[in-house]
Amino acid sequence: MNYLCLDLFLTDIILLGTMKKLVQDFEVLQRKELNDDHFVLDVKALEPLPEIRPGQFVNVLVKDSNTTFLRRPLSIHFVDYERNTISLYIKKIGDGTKKLGELKEGDSLNIVYPLGNQYSIPNNANTLLVGGGCGVAPLLYLAKHLKEAGNNVTTLLGVRSEKDAVELDAYKEYGNILVTTEDGSFGEKGYPTQHSILEKEKFDYVFTCGPEPMMKAVAAYSAQNNIPCEVSLENTMACGFGACLCCVTETTEGNKCTCTEGPVFNINDLKW
Amino acid sequence: MVNLGVKLKDLSLKNPVMTASGTFGFGEEFEDFIDLSNLGGILVKGTTRHHREGNPYPRMAETPSGMLNAVGLQNKGVENFCKDIYPRIKHYDTNILVNVSGSVIEDYVETAAMINELEHIPAIELNISCPNVKEGGMAFGTSCASAASVVKAVREVYKKHLMVKLSPNVTDITEIAKAVEAEGADSVSLINTLLGMAIDAETRKPLLSTVTGGLSGPAVKPVALRMVWQVFNAVNIPIVGLGGIMNAKDAIEFILAGATAIQIGTANFIDPQVTEKVVVGIEEYMKRHNVQDINDLIGALQIQ
Repeated sequence: MNYLCLDLFLTDIILLGTMKKLVQDFEVLQRKELNDDHFVLDVKALEPLPEIRPGQFVNVLVKDSNTTFLRRPLSIHFVDYERNTISLYIKKIGDGTKKLGELKEGDSLNIVYPLGNQYSIPNNANTLLVGGGCGVAPLLYLAKHLKEAGNNVTTLLGVRSEKDAVELDAYKEYGNILVTTEDGSFGEKGYPTQHSILEKEKFDYVFTCGPEPMMKAVAAYSAQNNIPCEVSLENTMACGFGACLCCVTETTEGNKCTCTEGPVFNINDLKW
Repeated sequence: MVNLGVKLKDLSLKNPVMTASGTFGFGEEFEDFIDLSNLGGILVKGTTRHHREGNPYPRMAETPSGMLNAVGLQNKGVENFCKDIYPRIKHYDTNILVNVSGSVIEDYVETAAMINELEHIPAIELNISCPNVKEGGMAFGTSCASAASVVKAVREVYKKHLMVKLSPNVTDITEIAKAVEAEGADSVSLINTLLGMAIDAETRKPLLSTVTGGLSGPAVKPVALRMVWQVFNAVNIPIVGLGGIMNAKDAIEFILAGATAIQIGTANFIDPQVTEKVVVGIEEYMKRHNVQDINDLIGALQIQ
């Protein structure tokens, strides 16, 4: 399994080396409100989209916000090549993301993309995707790629309450969907790492994105069970393409840029 | 055709637009977005004698109209630059300047001496103003005596254009500018970042791992403009102005205040194509104002 992983890794590096980064205006097609503070923004490229890999992100320019100076890095939630659209899954946190939540059909959005590396895609394996909060963002597009590569996909979402368990049908397209809620109002009560599936089933690969404590718990589960695990980090960044050196994460090989050498890291490379 | 070419003493720039060190990587990071040959020059990352890991995360905080950083000169050292990076970037059809920093004078001298040997690097920018390193850095740039001593020592080994980057974190920047001019600096660039800090009231913690960091972006522009104008009236060597330049209008303001060339820093993070847009915008401004030569605008501020 490790040899397979290495092969994929090398292929990915070659592929990413040829990926040109772009800065382009997109047109907002629609904004879907998921609950009080989460929404999905579908934006249409004016030129044909380049290849975008699961785990990559965009950096969007927020207009008309007095307090937002820098772009906002956002995970790519889904890519629809037929419609030529990217979907962004956004949580309203500060003024910048609130302004994004006011965008209407036909509005323009300036985007730098595609940024960062990608999740590895194994073949014919039993894969587990664990997402929490806004960190579920990259998992839908990852689930699609994993299924297409012949993997069995189980997505496990950890949310606060039933109203936060959104888009479950979308995940079902690509495999099994499970939910934990903190208040027990839906699925199993507790955190994702407490879900009974982890006792029942043996997974070959784990992929995760979400709050750091959750990812650390997922990493600990994976390490204990000797399962390869990749996490997607969300550090504050200024540029998104390796120029500012602000978003570093500590790895076994020193500080690395989360934006260019991540956001996806194998847990063995992190000092967790 | 208007003339955009300027000279920093012996160093010719095809136009006054350069990039600020620490915001432009080694130029390579921007090759997808712009044609580097359209710029007057690029300043590559702060380079030190030895490898530096920089400061711990978090290193950046967004602030009103700007940002604080505490990167701490993360770089692989001058030997790595000469061996690995220089061969990759030396073909760029623009002036490549290396920003040189250090903790002790010997480090500055050794680093500058090594870069002196690189054929396609016509100048260095001596960084005596980094607020994010514990020893050295800004400490050299905040007293006339220490600024003079480091410039004097580097001048002895560095034979090409020597630009010195000044700190705004001083009582009177003109005194420092005069001190480095007296020791043989060919030009001065200003300003480096302003020392600042940001606090999260909810957690009662600082937003930067180092508590304090360097403020950049439009928030510092009025301070930078004032200092460029003051230094312009105090020294005879050319000035490279920077601090919060976001567009061509800002760049023109620095030139009117006395800058021969300008550097664009933080704006590169928000619009990676901003440098090319500023070149075009300066040209448009000149046509609109019927100015044939950019040099006629340098220090052309009309006080009365």
